[in-house]
Amino acid sequence: MKNFDYIRPTTIPDALAAAAEPGSAYLAGGTNLLDLMKGGVTSPDRVVDISRLPELNRIERLADGGLRIGALVRNADLAHDPEFARSYPAVAEALLSGASAQLRNAATVGGNLLQRTRCSYFYDTASACNKREPGAGCDALGGENRLHAVLGWSDACIATHPSDFCVPLVALDAVVEIEGKKGRRHVTLEEFHRLPGQTPQRENGLEPGDLIVGVRLPAEAASFSANARYLKVRERTSYAFAVVSAAAALVVEGGKIRQARLALGGVAAKPWRARSAEAVLLGADADETSFVRAADAALADASPSGDNAFKIELTRRIVVRALMSALAGTPGRLPALPASPFSSIPGVRHDA
Amino acid sequence: MTLELSLNQQPAHLRQGSSIGQPLTRRDGFLKVTGAARYAADNHPPGMLYAVLAVSSIARGRVALLDVEAAKAHAGVVEVMTPENRPPLATDPDAKNNPFMFRLDLLQNDHIRYPNQTIAVVIAETLEAATEGAALLSPRYEAQPARVGLDGAESFVPGGVGIGSPAVHHKGDVEAGLKSAATRIEATYETPAQYHNAMEPHAIVAAWDGDSLSIDTPSQGLAMAQGRIAGLFGIAPENIHIRSPFLGGGFGSKGMISGPQVLGILAARLVGRPVKLVLRREQMYGPVGHRAPTRQTLRMGMDSEGRLTAIGHHARTASSTFDDFFEPAADASHTLYASPAIATSHEAVRLDTGTPLFMRAPGEATGSIALESAIDEAAAACGMDPLEFRQRNYAEVEPMTGKPFSSKALRECYTQASERFGWQRRPLQPRQMPDKDGFLTGWGIGTATFPAIMFQAEARAVLRADGSGLMETGAQDMGQGAWTAFAQIAADGLGLDIDQVDFRAGSSDLPNAGIAGGSGHTATAGMAIHNAGAAVITRLADLATRHEASPLFGAGNEGVLARGGRLYRRDDESRSESYGEILARAGLAEIDGRGTGTPDSASREAYAMHAHGAVFAEVKVDPDFGQIRVTRLVGAFAAGRVINPRLVRSQYYGGMIWGVSFALHEEAVTDRRSGRIQNANLAEYHIPVNADVPSVAALLVHEDDPYVNALGIKGVGEIGITGTAGAVANAVWHATGVRPRRFPIRIEDLLG
Repeated sequence: MKNFDYIRPTTIPDALAAAAEPGSAYLAGGTNLLDLMKGGVTSPDRVVDISRLPELNRIERLADGGLRIGALVRNADLAHDPEFARSYPAVAEALLSGASAQLRNAATVGGNLLQRTRCSYFYDTASACNKREPGAGCDALGGENRLHAVLGWSDACIATHPSDFCVPLVALDAVVEIEGKKGRRHVTLEEFHRLPGQTPQRENGLEPGDLIVGVRLPAEAASFSANARYLKVRERTSYAFAVVSAAAALVVEGGKIRQARLALGGVAAKPWRARSAEAVLLGADADETSFVRAADAALADASPSGDNAFKIELTRRIVVRALMSALAGTPGRLPALPASPFSSIPGVRHDA
Repeated sequence: MTLELSLNQQPAHLRQGSSIGQPLTRRDGFLKVTGAARYAADNHPPGMLYAVLAVSSIARGRVALLDVEAAKAHAGVVEVMTPENRPPLATDPDAKNNPFMFRLDLLQNDHIRYPNQTIAVVIAETLEAATEGAALLSPRYEAQPARVGLDGAESFVPGGVGIGSPAVHHKGDVEAGLKSAATRIEATYETPAQYHNAMEPHAIVAAWDGDSLSIDTPSQGLAMAQGRIAGLFGIAPENIHIRSPFLGGGFGSKGMISGPQVLGILAARLVGRPVKLVLRREQMYGPVGHRAPTRQTLRMGMDSEGRLTAIGHHARTASSTFDDFFEPAADASHTLYASPAIATSHEAVRLDTGTPLFMRAPGEATGSIALESAIDEAAAACGMDPLEFRQRNYAEVEPMTGKPFSSKALRECYTQASERFGWQRRPLQPRQMPDKDGFLTGWGIGTATFPAIMFQAEARAVLRADGSGLMETGAQDMGQGAWTAFAQIAADGLGLDIDQVDFRAGSSDLPNAGIAGGSGHTATAGMAIHNAGAAVITRLADLATRHEASPLFGAGNEGVLARGGRLYRRDDESRSESYGEILARAGLAEIDGRGTGTPDSASREAYAMHAHGAVFAEVKVDPDFGQIRVTRLVGAFAAGRVINPRLVRSQYYGGMIWGVSFALHEEAVTDRRSGRIQNANLAEYHIPVNADVPSVAALLVHEDDPYVNALGIKGVGEIGITGTAGAVANAVWHATGVRPRRFPIRIEDLLG
């Protein structure tokens, strides 16, 4: 493979300085970057290994009741933190539904936000891909695209964002902490990822050299803990990306929905906050009728980008089920098959 | 003098400390779990260089330009092998003298005939340098449109399918049978291209010494590989030494030496140093074979009693543009269900892909999922329970030939598996078993079958004066447990405890053990081992019974028994002598004997020989999402004598899980325009994970077969896929009422 410089800074300022050069890439868990480099999809001149920066490894309670998760916290460590899982059960469930145990042990919070699409045309360097090579075209259009986007896509790119973790995070108003040349700034996760438009290579709000140092959950995010679920439809029971997924979180009082959060995965180039559906739910009766209306609202603007019309109906159904599951209540223990339809019934274990 | 060593006729032998039948753990297990087992790519001879393939990204055309200079200028790159400088070969890689000789892409020209075809080999001091050198070649192509998919070209009737089977077979009058039927069904099923994806990629470490060649490479057929390489390089086979002690799976893709392996040898020739070449995962999707896609149409007629009056099975499949391998899918209908009229036929197209090859249960797997689905449709059309329908159409003789079966315990398989599964509680109609959590539950059945094939093998046995034994045969352990099962046969053949036997295999300088394929390796090499043991025991017995000082003197026609390192008079077991005593008296350090394993042509002429099984599957389907989970699998299999029940059960599990994979997961997603495979990696080429197969049970049904071979072995390597794939599909129908007609079954097929 192409020779590159390898630098292992010991402080955040050193990391920023090292990555200021064009052609730099940060390396954390490496679960995505190394594959991309081996496949020739990306070929950085300089790899800045941040995996040993000590201050990015902590989970901290904030004075305002919120939570700050360091960018290098491993997916598995976060999901298995008992207090975290109790306060943000849908996030823990999403984390544990992703990838395999080995990958979750290596993958990091910050890296998860930056993982690249699984669109096969992005990985196949002989194919045209505007994300990989701006202006080249999009071979996914008219190709093998049954798993591609149904929301927010453009004729320049129909890829989806593959993260599970980001879906409940965006529903819970998570905020990304970014350290850059001009100091530290905060961007909501919803604003962080971008839709493709005509510039699908611009996937997020990071400037060259910017480093994600943490993710914050506001105090309010924990208020959904009694009624929060993540649900994921996939083509095998584990170790598969979502065909579609949904995170649903509710606050219900006297049969009425007082607060609602809904986000979708596997449908767009970003984790998709379904605000129009939340508007339908707010103040509505907490029942299936309202959930169906919410699903219709969430998918009102959906359209197939190829052989994937089924995903629109599938998403409608997963929205209803995720909301029903959230309404039924967060299970007392995480299901043996996290986020699987085969453990979506609270309290029932299907792994016998 | 007679020597009674036929275990089949001597069940008493089993009760006397026999190794055969014992559930031993893998003898190589410790080496494997500690990482000490040396696979081909683990070798690193002094001075070794690394070779990396540069492969085509187009399906058809020619290489117009390669930037060889840029690659050679990269630090560490030693040489770039292209058609310009590739060392000469004694045989044209496009020559084909027999159906088992497949054309290879060895840089003979600049033509490209499939994606991932090798266009150059970069040889460097490090793997990294070779990899970057390959990238720096920046090939330019003159491309032509790719021919992709079963409708991508004009079809024709191939000259033969599978291993020389005619493309068209018939008995009776299918059209008349259909016409006279009370009930008829017709259905078309599609199966996708699948790739072997052995865990261990094809790898080779090759070193030349003059005209002698030393190779470490995984091979399912050492002698065939040796012969092919000898022919290509114009050297004597005995000048080639291939070591293949362990394979990380083969599944047919390592049956014949592949193009990339030969390129590793050529690279070593070119640079005059040892070379290692290991395929990347995505490079395995092209030059090492695959299972071709099929589109199969089944027509069946049934009389008013649910008896088949006709089976028509037509398959359309694909081969490459430059070689012939045609998946014999329709032949699956020859052996399983009784019908007065059966017609099978094939047509094929030529596509811009690598040549398809044998892949675990070639023809049987693809044919089985279609046949078992159609049988299920036929049962439903007759309003019959699908098990009862299968029993109603049970074949007492092989349907296509009318031959009796050498043995067939399929009824017992149906009984044992259905009882274990609880099949009798199954409602006839679909969608009748929602579970308490709202999932649709379905139960399905499939019949499994696979022919009991034998090839040719040789073995050499030695008895030593210290009382120990040696057994040598160039057998191949693909992970199935050959090191253990063959040692068990060797121990019994030599009448020794297994720990007293030194068993050697996995090397081309040992007697030819034939190919580890066709589920025939245990029977074939096992018989060679057994006969070699008998031969050396015969020599030993001669030494004893002819010597006056021996207690066995004059045993004559009564014969002797070999057991526990001693020979006993058959008629008086109080008279015995140890092997060591016999050899010492004769003044011999050791004696040897040779044996062959070979099919008995007379019994094969007289009998149809197949293993059978019955597989029952339970699926749960999410009614809204169409996501499927196989919650229970129960299979019962009858495959003659079981050498090692632990290993055999493991083979059945593996096959059954592969069947789940066939029904629900595996598909090479091929871009309809470029012909490139879009999911050439193990993240997206799905196979089941543990959560997909929570409960798998395999029952071993006793079966004595006096005709297949003296050991009574049929073979268990492939049968598990057959039956299972159809059982899962049929269970999905029973759960949902939707009849799967293309595989793998997808979520959108069930959304409704």
